[in-house]
Amino acid sequence: MIADIILIIAGALFVGVYVSWRAGRIDRLHARVDMARVALDVTLLRRGSLALELATSGLLDPATSLLLASAVHGTRDGSGPRDLAESDLTRALRAAFSQPGFRSSLSGTKGADELIAEVEAASHQVFLARKFYNDLAGATRDARRRPLARTLRLAGRAKAPEFFEMDDSLLVVEGEPSLGSLPG
Amino acid sequence: MKIGMVCPYSWDVPGGVQQHIRDLAEALIDEGHEVSVISPADDDTPLPPYVVGAGRAVPVPYNGSVARLSFGFLSASRVWRWVRDGGFDVLHVHEPEIPSLSLLACWVATGPIVATVHTAIPRSRVLLVTYPVVRTGMEKIMGRIAVSEAARTTLVEHIGGDAVVIPNGVATHRYRKAEPLPGWPGPGGAIGFLGRLDEPRKGLAVLLKAFEILGPERPGLRLLIAGPSGDAAEVLQRVPAALRDRVVLLGQVSEEDKVRVLHSVDVFCSPNTGGESFGIVTAEAMAAGLPIVASDIEAFRQVLRGGEAGALFATGDAADLARVAGGLLDDAPRRAELSAAALAEVARYDWSVVARDVLQVYETVVLGSTQVAVAADPRGWPA
Repeated sequence: MIADIILIIAGALFVGVYVSWRAGRIDRLHARVDMARVALDVTLLRRGSLALELATSGLLDPATSLLLASAVHGTRDGSGPRDLAESDLTRALRAAFSQPGFRSSLSGTKGADELIAEVEAASHQVFLARKFYNDLAGATRDARRRPLARTLRLAGRAKAPEFFEMDDSLLVVEGEPSLGSLPG
Repeated sequence: MKIGMVCPYSWDVPGGVQQHIRDLAEALIDEGHEVSVISPADDDTPLPPYVVGAGRAVPVPYNGSVARLSFGFLSASRVWRWVRDGGFDVLHVHEPEIPSLSLLACWVATGPIVATVHTAIPRSRVLLVTYPVVRTGMEKIMGRIAVSEAARTTLVEHIGGDAVVIPNGVATHRYRKAEPLPGWPGPGGAIGFLGRLDEPRKGLAVLLKAFEILGPERPGLRLLIAGPSGDAAEVLQRVPAALRDRVVLLGQVSEEDKVRVLHSVDVFCSPNTGGESFGIVTAEAMAAGLPIVASDIEAFRQVLRGGEAGALFATGDAADLARVAGGLLDDAPRRAELSAAALAEVARYDWSVVARDVLQVYETVVLGSTQVAVAADPRGWPA
């Protein structure tokens, strides 16, 4: 009799501890996903401001400058979805950087190599930050989808994190037209 | 006069700016001037003898859509060489606010530069931010032309400066003659319509309603409709089943087929309910020598000389359209009269006339100026 009661209490205790551990885990995942999102925002802003610096540096021809500046503007004016605007900036950067002889035409100009390297580094950071964020977002969504988490609503009122998909590679994609075919 | 013209968009892609440049260049050549056009183009595109290819344009996102543009120092150095070797009296750039060849041309050249604004984009912060870079080129423009009052207004309000308005011309000779489509117009007569099917202001609905009145009275009468977009099946749904096989939808047609469509009908209908500033399609139909039935909106009243060069009906009134169009279909002498009047009237809008206005702008900016030359760049660029 007493043994049974002890067993039931122990069982209830165990379930309680387990549920609260699960809830704590989901909470920690949400907190981490929020941090990753902030990091992603920072890298995107950094990339944008460096691209704008390049556009206004006077290092490039006015057409490329205008193209880059307009793409940066698009990421900030809130007129369209953020992921599409950021992808457009990637494409504008890619179009600018993939011109044949782009680097050799700039090297030797004061500060040009450094600025180009900074834009490239910032773009790579966007790639990393987005990868980490999506990784955490995926783990969080998985944890929320478990039956126990769903039945007991362990996630509370926190919204499920959305994946952030965008084109973030500065490498020219196969089949994408580039200036490479320019004759003469 | 030796004229260098710069096209910002790919020559191989159909577009209003490209067509404008082609027609203007050809009209100027006809007048005995020397014209060279530089334009982005795919390497294997056959180009007219007066066009110089500046290499392939790259599709890039700009202003919310993907445009095929030429930019970068390679394009710039091609323009630079073209300007250096061209010995032009005047440089005419189109759409200099687009990041493409025209902007580059302003950058690398000095001397008399004329710019035509087709679609004025309100100046955004972007242009302000890059202003030092862009301004250098823009400040060299000595005379601006806007193709419409609307383009001029946007230019004045957002970009600053002013422009003379010289509207698009009509290449009337392109429309004069064509083989009708097989079997058209047919013994029962045919009415033609050109324009977007899904744009209510083009007024297709008014014409379809009028055909409901005309169709049963005239068993052989057919409707020939050509225009992009819209769901053809949906348009046919709006026609009573008994008349459906007499409404022919061609969808979007090529430039050549458009002329054939015009020559395949007895009467051309422009049922627009508004929103037209000139009515280029109507003018093209006039150039084909067609009797026109048009709604009496301001634009059409002007181009049809208040009804002397084409019949007008009360805007949006299908019954009135049916009455006027029916009257014309029954009256061959009246049709011939309107056709002759339309041909005479549209000659005023021909490119040869428009080109003379453009030439006056050239002549004004070259006064007291030297020839077009390449600019000495402070950075020693391009090498």
